[in-house]
Amino acid sequence: MDWRGWAEIVFTIALTVAVGWPLGIYMARVWTGERTVLDPVLKPVEAGFYAALGVDRNKGHGWLGYAGAVLAFSAAGFALLYAILRLQGQLPLNPQGFDGLSPHLAFNTAVSFVTNTNWQSYGGETTVSSLSQMLGLTVQNFVSGAVGLSVAAAMARAFAADRGETLGNFWVDLTRSTLYVLLPVSIVTALALVAAGVPQSLLANVTAKTLEGADQIIALFPVASQEAIKQWGTNGGGLFNVNSAHPFENPTPLTNLIEVVSLNAIAFATVVAFGRVAGARKEARALIAAMVILLSLGAAAIYAAETLTPQPAMVAAGITDAPANMEGKEVRFGAAASAVWAAQTTGTANGSVNSMHASYMPLGGGVAMFLMQLGEIVPGGAGSGLYGMVVMALLSVFVAGLMVGRTPEYLGKKVEAREIKFAMLAVLILPLSILGFSAISAVLPVALEGLLNKGPRGLTEILYAYSSATGNNGSAYAGLTANAPWWNTTLGIAMLLGRFAYMVPVIALAGAIAAKPKLKPTAGTLPSDSPLFVGLLIGIILILGGLQFFPALALGPIVEHFQVLAAAR
Amino acid sequence: MISHLRPAIVAMVFFTLLLGLAYPLGVTGLAQTLFPAQAGGSLIRNANGVVIGSQWIGQNFKGEAYLRPRPSAAGKEGYDASSSSGSNLGPLNEDLAARIKAEAEALRAEAAGPIPVDAVTTSASGLDPHISPAYAARQVARIAAARKAQPAEVLAVIAANTEGSTFGVLGEPRVNVLAVNLALDARWPQPQR
Repeated sequence: MDWRGWAEIVFTIALTVAVGWPLGIYMARVWTGERTVLDPVLKPVEAGFYAALGVDRNKGHGWLGYAGAVLAFSAAGFALLYAILRLQGQLPLNPQGFDGLSPHLAFNTAVSFVTNTNWQSYGGETTVSSLSQMLGLTVQNFVSGAVGLSVAAAMARAFAADRGETLGNFWVDLTRSTLYVLLPVSIVTALALVAAGVPQSLLANVTAKTLEGADQIIALFPVASQEAIKQWGTNGGGLFNVNSAHPFENPTPLTNLIEVVSLNAIAFATVVAFGRVAGARKEARALIAAMVILLSLGAAAIYAAETLTPQPAMVAAGITDAPANMEGKEVRFGAAASAVWAAQTTGTANGSVNSMHASYMPLGGGVAMFLMQLGEIVPGGAGSGLYGMVVMALLSVFVAGLMVGRTPEYLGKKVEAREIKFAMLAVLILPLSILGFSAISAVLPVALEGLLNKGPRGLTEILYAYSSATGNNGSAYAGLTANAPWWNTTLGIAMLLGRFAYMVPVIALAGAIAAKPKLKPTAGTLPSDSPLFVGLLIGIILILGGLQFFPALALGPIVEHFQVLAAAR
Repeated sequence: MISHLRPAIVAMVFFTLLLGLAYPLGVTGLAQTLFPAQAGGSLIRNANGVVIGSQWIGQNFKGEAYLRPRPSAAGKEGYDASSSSGSNLGPLNEDLAARIKAEAEALRAEAAGPIPVDAVTTSASGLDPHISPAYAARQVARIAAARKAQPAEVLAVIAANTEGSTFGVLGEPRVNVLAVNLALDARWPQPQR
């Protein structure tokens, strides 16, 4: 490790928050329907859209209506994407002549994109046609992110309301999040990426004649447009098998910076927007502080693990000076840019990668996995990070309330049994799905066939896969060959649980909070904008994450770390 | 729930047209107009207009006279630009240890001196276009001998194609292998193959 690496990590995280802040101020205006600079262009489109949908933009939904709309829209998206993937062999714009996907792979991929996970069981350049990439995957990249943002907007309104009956109109939130937020930032980002070297081409492969006379087939795609929304929508599903490690997706340190900022800025922006809409700007700053602290600790731990852990294979080959683990990393990024990306992508439910986590040192990959197991809230996915963090904040004031024997409040709303039940219902889906599926897979021969590495690393491959799927992250310990019926099916179910079995209780929670009267803080209210609260919140996040997953982590990355130390002696 | 069906289906159709068709095609049109070279994959052509590679895609140079890239796990032969892949081997994997040992022995047979880590590890993509300046410097003597050139001249060609960290902070110093080999061929023409 060196000072430049630390400087890059600090600079990257600081820039991400700095970009997210003004975007959040703008996003609050989008959520509340105030005037924005894009109104002259987008207002007519928006009005025509509501007319076609047949929705009254002024009519809000109760929590059941809101949840029903989310589920109906996601189901329609799934059906369309599944059909496109199955039929791509018969559809146009298929220059490589790929066949339709198998049923289990199409199920997995469709679920993966509709749930904003973007787990890649498919190898982009070898399985999915240009048409499927554009009409199928790119569309879900936008709208699955917009669904998350919509639920976050509903949560913000719930805290702002005084005995409110509705959470807002889902179709309006969905449309405005897409048209006013995700589409414009994606267009700007895509063009910036092309300027910096990322291809954007509708041609199929180009065959190059190398200087030594060999043929090299180079796969081209409209990369930049999908790269932009892949990051901004916290999706993470790459055009290419190796995602943002591919030099066409991410050719330079500058494109790397643009992409890594794009993947986290929306999560910070969501919290800023929440603070403004809910009338809780200081409290939102406390949430951001907790996110930044945990994210920075994660990035620092990964950077340290990748540069300080001795490498057994290097020791065995007699290479004494090995300053960083470069297996599965690109020279242009090195350990620092890889580590900060790994932390941002696993803390964010994005899952795009610029290095192969499967070849990380045990603690480097272990920290990345732990960031996912915290529930994808540091800072979390588009919208989902915010509502996940609010759930944690509610649990924090609840625990603090138990200590002093008072009914807890958060942002002027009393937190009572009903709210805590919904919050726990959401939170408990993580260990149920991650540990449940991992335990079954660890003893099932048909599951174990997919593992590349043995021993603790094999267990980590399994745990990582279900953590990633349940957290709707999508990154992988790619040693696992997941394109098989068992993995495609169970990971698909884990993604559905992690998305909807989490989101529906959260919408119910929002409904319960909206219905409560908005109280003025009293002398007995625990201030939720103080350093004390930030510390309490971090404690709750770590204890909840740690208690649930520590035994599994001890059998996976932690024991492997000691094996590595012993082998490198 | 039934009342949500119409908006759900209509919204999917509308979004598919706007985001799946208009967005990528619009960005493609703009990109091809504003930045045609980058949008087309930063392809490099020789004097006859034949594509010899992309600035960003590593190639598997093997000859004595050429700068060689890192080991690659993309495709069977490595550097298969239609099948990107890392090795995905964990730090305790026996295959990884065996591969690194073999690579290290081959490098030691070629020249003495320390071995940089990027010379024996596969990249994440298998298509890494760069190597570290240390690995490039280690190959100077071999290239100079094969081309009957002065080592200092070869080193100058490498230095001209070496980039530092962007803004002094972002990313690592790196040498573009294809760019160096093009410059080497321009300086010391090789017999046509």
